[in-house]
Amino acid sequence: MDPDLALLLNGIVSGLLLGGLYAAAAAGLSISFGMLDVVNIAHPAFMVLGALLVALLWGATGIDPLILSVLLTPAFWALGAAIYVVYHHFFERRGDEAIQGLAFFFGVMFIIEVGLVLAIGPEQHFADAAYAGITWRLGEIDLPLRMLVPALVAFAAIGGLALFLRRSFTGRAIAAVAQDREALRLLAIDPVRIKRLAFGISIAMAALAGGALVVVQPVDAWSGHVFIGRVFAVVIMGGLSSLGGCVLAALAFGVVENVTASFYGPSWSPAVAFGCLLLVLAIRPQGFFGRVA
Amino acid sequence: MSDTTIPAMPTLPAPRRTGHPAFWLASAAVALVSILALRGIGSEYAYFAATFILQYVVLATAWNILGGYAGYVNFGAAAFFAAGAYTTVAIGKALGLSLLPCIGFAALVGGVLGLGTGILTLRLRGAYFAIATLCLSVVLQTIVVNWDYVGGSRGAYVIRPREVPWPFESYSGYLCAVMVVLAAAAVAIARSIEKSRLGLGLAALRDDEAAAEAAGVPTLRLKLIATTISGAMMAVAGAPLPLLGSYVEPNSAFGLSYAVNAIAMPLIGGTGSWAGPLIGAVLLASLQQAATVTISSAANLMIVGVVLVVFVCAAPHGIIGLFRRQK
Amino acid sequence: MSPDIVLRAEGVGKRFGGFTALSGVELEVRAGERLGLIGPNGSGKSTFTNCLAGAFPSHDGGFTFKGEKLAGLKSHERARRGLARTFQLPRPFRGLTVLENIRVPLAYGGRDDATAERAMECLESVELAAKAHRMPKELTQVELRRLELARATALKPELLIADEAMAGLSHAEVDQILALLFRLNAGGTTIIMIEHVMRAVTEFSQRLAVLVAGRKVADGDPREVLSMPEVEEAYLGR
Repeated sequence: MDPDLALLLNGIVSGLLLGGLYAAAAAGLSISFGMLDVVNIAHPAFMVLGALLVALLWGATGIDPLILSVLLTPAFWALGAAIYVVYHHFFERRGDEAIQGLAFFFGVMFIIEVGLVLAIGPEQHFADAAYAGITWRLGEIDLPLRMLVPALVAFAAIGGLALFLRRSFTGRAIAAVAQDREALRLLAIDPVRIKRLAFGISIAMAALAGGALVVVQPVDAWSGHVFIGRVFAVVIMGGLSSLGGCVLAALAFGVVENVTASFYGPSWSPAVAFGCLLLVLAIRPQGFFGRVA
Repeated sequence: MSDTTIPAMPTLPAPRRTGHPAFWLASAAVALVSILALRGIGSEYAYFAATFILQYVVLATAWNILGGYAGYVNFGAAAFFAAGAYTTVAIGKALGLSLLPCIGFAALVGGVLGLGTGILTLRLRGAYFAIATLCLSVVLQTIVVNWDYVGGSRGAYVIRPREVPWPFESYSGYLCAVMVVLAAAAVAIARSIEKSRLGLGLAALRDDEAAAEAAGVPTLRLKLIATTISGAMMAVAGAPLPLLGSYVEPNSAFGLSYAVNAIAMPLIGGTGSWAGPLIGAVLLASLQQAATVTISSAANLMIVGVVLVVFVCAAPHGIIGLFRRQK
Repeated sequence: MSPDIVLRAEGVGKRFGGFTALSGVELEVRAGERLGLIGPNGSGKSTFTNCLAGAFPSHDGGFTFKGEKLAGLKSHERARRGLARTFQLPRPFRGLTVLENIRVPLAYGGRDDATAERAMECLESVELAAKAHRMPKELTQVELRRLELARATALKPELLIADEAMAGLSHAEVDQILALLFRLNAGGTTIIMIEHVMRAVTEFSQRLAVLVAGRKVADGDPREVLSMPEVEEAYLGR
């Protein structure tokens, strides 16, 4: 095969796998930012918190990192619910969401990150899954399990989430919070309770994403920063509240980034990816894959 | 018209107005006194600490013109700040110019960058605008990292000129005096905008863009003016940075501590008026300067984070708001 | 165009996605006229207001205001040309005092009388002078409506669109706002009143236009219009 073509194909495939990780990271944000209108810029910080906790627990127990991250989800759900209560009490209720709310999450992000540095130090942590060293080969295309397994777990979690949102009563109520508050009132559902639940879910998704992240790459306290732009980019390109759009956008984003990195060097990939987002914002703020409201 | 037509006296007296020239004069006087006082202390550390704090006064004041007056949250303050710093590096290297002309160029670069951001994000509001500015920051950092002329990811050394301009004893003293003047000018510019027709229009569009349009306010043009001025001033804040530490590298110049401080300082002080960012910057930067000396730099950022969260929760209108309420 | 026609709408249409909000609306308003524009909820009254004020563009047709085509002009440009509107729900600038709220249109209305005295005059005309230095959140609902009107009239408009300026007000409060609008009209301002409070509309309007499902179904003398079967049907059958 032409080496350029092989490079391109490999770039696309590993971009798709990377996209799986981005999808996991962005799915939670698609709920909080896309559906609940809570601009949680600390979302990647929660993901990193999850990743580092998984790394520490893995070091102590040796259990598979992805299983550990699933075990962490209830605690993260509770944490998310608690944070939403604070956010609602101080900002949403007062109608001061815009600037103050943004600043609140900005501060929360810093507290998490710096807290992590103070607690476990600034160095990188990792968690090796049993399959981390294995790479499947399809012709000239590599499929490292280190990337493939987290991506599959992420898609499974997102699929489950999508089913929950579409089929269950509570899930539909969450979707309704985004679209039609009046309907909720008619059904005598307390929107604050629903939003608390949903925000908890979004943070629980961050824990899962953290587990996936720490399998893919070593993580330090500041690893979240490079994800802030990415996850918001993915959610916006995906059309905010659509999980399917979010996954498609994540895959596209992963491919663009990875192919750029393969051909022009990794230091250019952020600029290309974020340049895309800037263009999306400037031209089509409702996203590429979302339904037009 | 006469006062007799007013049926009832307003419950609060109209605030007393200080004219623009008077405020500029007062700022100049404060600047002069500060320079003399710092000269009196005369220690290198005092110069460094004062320059450190004052660069934040400029940065926070600049951020507030867009963030506080117009209500557009810019997460990319670090990008503008770094743009200023790297203008100094590039212009200094290419043309061999000294600091003052470099500051002028930085203002130009920051202004163009601000205008560009404004044009690109015209239709975005709230969180979308904030995220777009964050993206801009990443794009700009990537460009600088890949730009070998200014040192790329390795960073660039900048050598302080040997001759120190008269009447200063050391280059640090000169740098500090420049920063004092920049800070005083920034505050005076912010106040002039706040009390002008432009400030009124920005306040209107911050509260309600459609209603502002209906009242005749050209919201688009005003936003562009605000992004341009704010961008230019943030770049000016960063322009002296290379000479302050004699070394810049992308990760520190684009560091999140500039982005978080640019937001935290005005919010803690109060975003509605020129005094807010000034108070917030002096307070928070002093605190961080003290913390750097006594504790670690991580604890430093922790302080900013905690103070920010506590303030936005408990005092949504900042320190200024706390005092206003106790009338 | 006859000289006393201040506003002409020609074939105005607007769609949102697949939904047609307005279609082929023709309307002429004479200078100094008091026109009532009514119709059931969702009939396109607000869409009409927004198209006219330039909040969003109309898809078909267009407006001619004082002999000038409005197409392509932004909201603030229309406001400066003397076309003012109020909002259905009062939208004061919440961070500004009542007086400063009025100073905004004075400063940006394209006239050179942006003085504090002129602002107080505007507030007096709506009896809010005593609250000049209060914040909007300290005002009652009817005071907010009066502020909304004062902010619109500070532009010294030739044409004012009063969009449901009386919804939710008490009988006495409706009378207050009505008196205000009559006074404005006596001063030469043409007024389009969009209203659900039928008592106010019939008392105020010299002429009545009715929108139903985005089309104008009637236009003429208020009493005749209200007795037309299609209007009755639209109102009673909703």
